[in-house]
Amino acid sequence: MYKVLKKEILAPSIKLFEIEAPLVARKALAGQFIILRVQDQGERIPLTIADFDRARGSITIVFQEVGKTTRELGTLDEGDCVKDFVGPLGVPSHIGNFGRIVCVGGGVGVAPVYPIARALKEAGNEVIGIMGVRTAELVFWEDKMRDACSELRVTTDDGSYVRKGFVTDVLQEVIEEKGDLALCVAIGPPPMMRAVANLTRKFNLKTVVSLNSLMVDGTGMCGCCRVTVGGETKFTCVDGPEFDGHLVDFDEMARRAVIYKPQEQRALDLYNEKGGQKCQCGCGGE
Amino acid sequence: MAEKKKIAPEKNLMPAQDPVERARNFHEVALGYSEEAAVAEANRCLQCKNEPCKQGCPVEVDIPSFIKLAAQRDFKGAIKKLKEKNALPAVCGRVCPQENQCEKYCTLGKKHEPVAIGRIERYCADWELANGVLPQETSFPNGKKVAIVGSGPAGLTCAADLAKLGYQVTIFEALHIPGGVLMYGIPEFRLPKAVVQAEVQNLKKLGVDIQVNAVVGKFATVDELMGEYGFDAVFIGTGAGLPHFMRIPGENACGVYSANEFLTRTNLMKAYQFPDYDTPLRIGRKVAVLGGGNVAMDAARTALRLGAEESWIVYRRSKNELPARHEEVEHAEEEGVRFKFLTSPTRILYNGDYWVTGMECLQYELGEPDESGRRRPVPIKGSEFTIDVDTVVVAIGQGPNPLVPRTTKGLVCNRKGNITADLETGATSLPGIFAGGDVVTGAATVILAMGAGRTAARAIDVYLTE
Ligand SMILES: Cc1cc2nc3c(=O)[nH]c(=O)nc-3n(C[C@H](O)[C@H](O)[C@H](O)COP(=O)(O)OP(=O)(O)OC[C@H]3O[C@@H](n4cnc5c(N)ncnc54)[C@H](O)[C@@H]3O)c2cc1C
Ligand SMILES: Cc1cc2nc3c(=O)[nH]c(=O)nc-3n(C[C@H](O)[C@H](O)[C@H](O)COP(=O)(O)OP(=O)(O)OC[C@H]3O[C@@H](n4cnc5c(N)ncnc54)[C@H](O)[C@@H]3O)c2cc1C
Ligand code: SF4
Ligand code: SF4
Ligand code: FES
Repeated sequence: MYKVLKKEILAPSIKLFEIEAPLVARKALAGQFIILRVQDQGERIPLTIADFDRARGSITIVFQEVGKTTRELGTLDEGDCVKDFVGPLGVPSHIGNFGRIVCVGGGVGVAPVYPIARALKEAGNEVIGIMGVRTAELVFWEDKMRDACSELRVTTDDGSYVRKGFVTDVLQEVIEEKGDLALCVAIGPPPMMRAVANLTRKFNLKTVVSLNSLMVDGTGMCGCCRVTVGGETKFTCVDGPEFDGHLVDFDEMARRAVIYKPQEQRALDLYNEKGGQKCQCGCGGE
Repeated sequence: MAEKKKIAPEKNLMPAQDPVERARNFHEVALGYSEEAAVAEANRCLQCKNEPCKQGCPVEVDIPSFIKLAAQRDFKGAIKKLKEKNALPAVCGRVCPQENQCEKYCTLGKKHEPVAIGRIERYCADWELANGVLPQETSFPNGKKVAIVGSGPAGLTCAADLAKLGYQVTIFEALHIPGGVLMYGIPEFRLPKAVVQAEVQNLKKLGVDIQVNAVVGKFATVDELMGEYGFDAVFIGTGAGLPHFMRIPGENACGVYSANEFLTRTNLMKAYQFPDYDTPLRIGRKVAVLGGGNVAMDAARTALRLGAEESWIVYRRSKNELPARHEEVEHAEEEGVRFKFLTSPTRILYNGDYWVTGMECLQYELGEPDESGRRRPVPIKGSEFTIDVDTVVVAIGQGPNPLVPRTTKGLVCNRKGNITADLETGATSLPGIFAGGDVVTGAATVILAMGAGRTAARAIDVYLTE
């Protein structure tokens, strides 16, 4: 059992948990993810490692409540436990001294981009951060991002905070202003990553995206997470989750992401009917 | 003596659930012998002096002796005899391909049906589970630590044997439940999960520590287990979990599954109990399963149980070459699984939403025998045809997962990625590191994996006492 050490509500339906998992924390690196199961009858869901503390033996995750499992996870309080927590999975981000880099986080994608930006800056890069959210109340970790980056630009889709515009608008400005960018790292909803990749392709700017395909085991055993990259089939969980954004077949990815839409809706409806409670396995608080 | 008694030409029947009914539920299909049937079957055995059956068993179970004890209704004695060689008789009695192993060599089989060795074995093992497991003899703790990577039959057996010898054993398992393929692959209706978990409980009673959610190569490498974690030896039994695909167009369409995904969602995650369990699975009306082994049969039979109207096995050779256990093929047929032999797909068709709408196939014929001695299937030119399916399950085999080899410096593997290990000892190219089961042999059988775990346990004991 893996205990929730800290819970924070970052924005409506976006929550942060710091979870006790010393074996994972020992080895975690930027760009990797974990898979957790809230309770005995639960689904295994992947979440990116947003931070880790080796001394405390903990992993921080930030998640958006989109369906049954994330909703149920969100009902846990400090001191409660999740049933299973496995990681660190996936290939860590490639960190080196590349020069000037731009890191783009969209929505809840700000969380996974944060440790990557921090590691890149620590490696000697000049890191320009761009974070974009729909509206002011969804902004979180602005201060952390400011620390992790050499320079941070914030935007909202509706202009309710700082400025109006999509991350791609800001990215275009940065590219035109700075010219000599060595790399772009973009994490966010798939349509955002696709838009970023389409933009940077025009400028021949190498772009890394972190894919969030459906998964089961996360160890290369099931093939559920397969994506087409550069015409080849890859398993997101073991070959990724980061890939060259210019080579990813986003169309296929978007279709595969909604395979279980009707079932997911049904599970969520049932869960809400039952009152959207904490897991019933009796683990709570132990 | 045996020759004087009249031998029934046929095996005592094992009762099974009605095919129509069972094709829609997940309860065990084969119900097992009654005591009377088990004893009657045991009495068919001739007690041959030269013990040909024994040589057909990969772990050389002393078949005549355990059958003799069963015939005398000494089931305690029989199970003890079985367990001298076979750590998981409740599992092997159910899933061994007996017709290619012990029963193939049975003297009775020359004139009649062979003795139903597997069924008697199962009866004895179930008798033990029902009557309380016999206390297991253990040695004094010797203070040495061994890590087992993977909790399939190879890892479970290696762990049990070492624990009995006094070693402090820790199993590291990537998934959240121990058991390997026995839990995630082989369906409930063929191998009830309670049987597997009873074996896992036995291990815990022996003092084995089982760490689930522990992916070796991720949370720690094999070198770190030997270093920082302080283990004196490591056994790698990570199986053959990497799914092969056909590499044909359309294979990433929605509605195409690897057998591993299809079966894992069903068995491990209990998708058949959705929405009580959260993991979903989508079953279309018409399902095609590619392949002809046990995995393919399991997938095709599972599809029916999940509500498919039609479930097809699409296999490129003919019925005679089906590698699955005979009993599974028979059961599949009885339940209504249909077969397209000498057929192989060239392309999976899908609609604008990327959902499968059909499969384009080629007709094959059998040509000259190939390296495996089976006649090679050759495509017939211009024989393309389309079958109307909306779900495709690819069950054409699995390779070893590269996670451990990739993260273990100096571990020698063969061209296919299987770990190279001495078959007599399980020793790998690295001192103190042993391996066995599917990760060494490629996808094989439960009994072979178990035998490899046992062999390695013996060798690890020798290595650590020398
Ligand atoms: C490597 C990886 C890292 C991830 N990191 C994070 C993270 O840090 N924070 C976070 O909030 N989410 C992250 N996700 C997505 C997260 O796993 C899903 O949001 C979660 O599984 C949804 O589960 P649910 O039961 O609550 O919703 P469901 O009922 O399963 O789904 C609700 C909606 O979410 C979509 N969805 C379901 N599963 C996924 C998925 N795996 N990826 C994308 N969309 C999905 C569905 O299409 C549906 O529209 C990550 C996914 C992957 C593969
Ligand atoms: C669907 C199906 C049906 C079958 N039917 C039959 C049958 O009827 N009769 C028969 O004899 N055989 C059958 N087999 C074959 C048989 O199950 C296997 O040969 C046997 O299970 C192999 O045992 P193993 O211990 O080597 O590996 P596995 O059973 O594959 O176990 C390996 C374990 O290691 C874990 N693991 C992998 N990598 C890591 C890692 N890096 N760190 C930690 N843990 C890891 C895996 O999660 C898994 O639990 C079937 C196989 C399948 C898939
Ligand atoms: S273990 Fe398998 S092969 Fe050996 S006797 Fe038992 S059923 Fe036959
Ligand atoms: S060969 Fe058959 S009849 Fe002879 S001892 Fe073995 S099981 Fe009995
Ligand atoms: S999630 Fe199963 S192979 Fe990637």
